[in-house]
Amino acid sequence: MKNPFENLDKILEHRLRLQIVSVLVANDSYAFNELKELLDTTDGNLATHIKALEREKYISVTKSFIEKKPNTRYKISERGRSAFKKHLDALEELIKQQKK
Amino acid sequence: MRKESAQSDIESIRQLMERSVKFVSLSGLSGILAGIYALIGASFAYQQIYSGFVVRSIEYQGNIPIVTNLIIIASLVLIASLVTGWWFSFRKAKRLGTKIWDKTSKRLLIKLGVPLVIGGFFTLALVYNGYYNLIGASVLLFYGLALINASSSLFEEVRYLGYCELAIGIVATLFPGYALFFWAMGFGLLHILYGSLMYSKYDR
Repeated sequence: MKNPFENLDKILEHRLRLQIVSVLVANDSYAFNELKELLDTTDGNLATHIKALEREKYISVTKSFIEKKPNTRYKISERGRSAFKKHLDALEELIKQQKK
Repeated sequence: MRKESAQSDIESIRQLMERSVKFVSLSGLSGILAGIYALIGASFAYQQIYSGFVVRSIEYQGNIPIVTNLIIIASLVLIASLVTGWWFSFRKAKRLGTKIWDKTSKRLLIKLGVPLVIGGFFTLALVYNGYYNLIGASVLLFYGLALINASSSLFEEVRYLGYCELAIGIVATLFPGYALFFWAMGFGLLHILYGSLMYSKYDR
């Protein structure tokens, strides 16, 4: 039997990164501050994991200013969306196998 | 990675996808109370219009004091419902540990607000031009459309509440003399029914 652990996405195995990607898959875009509130985390922690997702090109960033305040928004990329799907499938597979 | 961890990952994904899209803090209780306010309002309106015997609404055209009183009653019902809705959402948000003013509630207000503001202007135009017999239907129809528009940011069941309001609104256009009756049904009974369903499903 194939080992489902191999199909887990290394990047998304981290809980916060998985959460960020989940929110972006369900929404057109989300701002940094909105993510911070929703996920109840700190600036530094969120920034670190967003950087990691950016590096993998799982998400894309647009920076703009609203009334002189920086507004940084994130979107999921096609690469991120398919990685998320694969990771979900692997999680599902894992649960199925361990039920047996 | 163990099975529990995989399961809790999936659970957290499910919750976040819902919470990031939907305003989950709306309480069923506010639906029930809004329905009760609407029924109380309707009974006051009934006294204003019919004063004991049934007259078709077409006959109170031009009777301005009554129209003003009806608008005051309707506004009081609306304000009481909004305050109640805000109060119960505030309490539920506290319990769920979510924020009441976030991306989802802003999005919800826009989705509800556009059809409601347009409907409000249209209904005022009806009042201004003396088409009193279509006011009840117009309010029900625009409210139904607003609910359907907002349902993707709320619970899925809101969509069905919207369809019911539309059905009652359409029937109300066919029986222009009985607007108050349909109004009490759409805003009173339906809200109480919907609120009780939501309360037993999500709030306990």
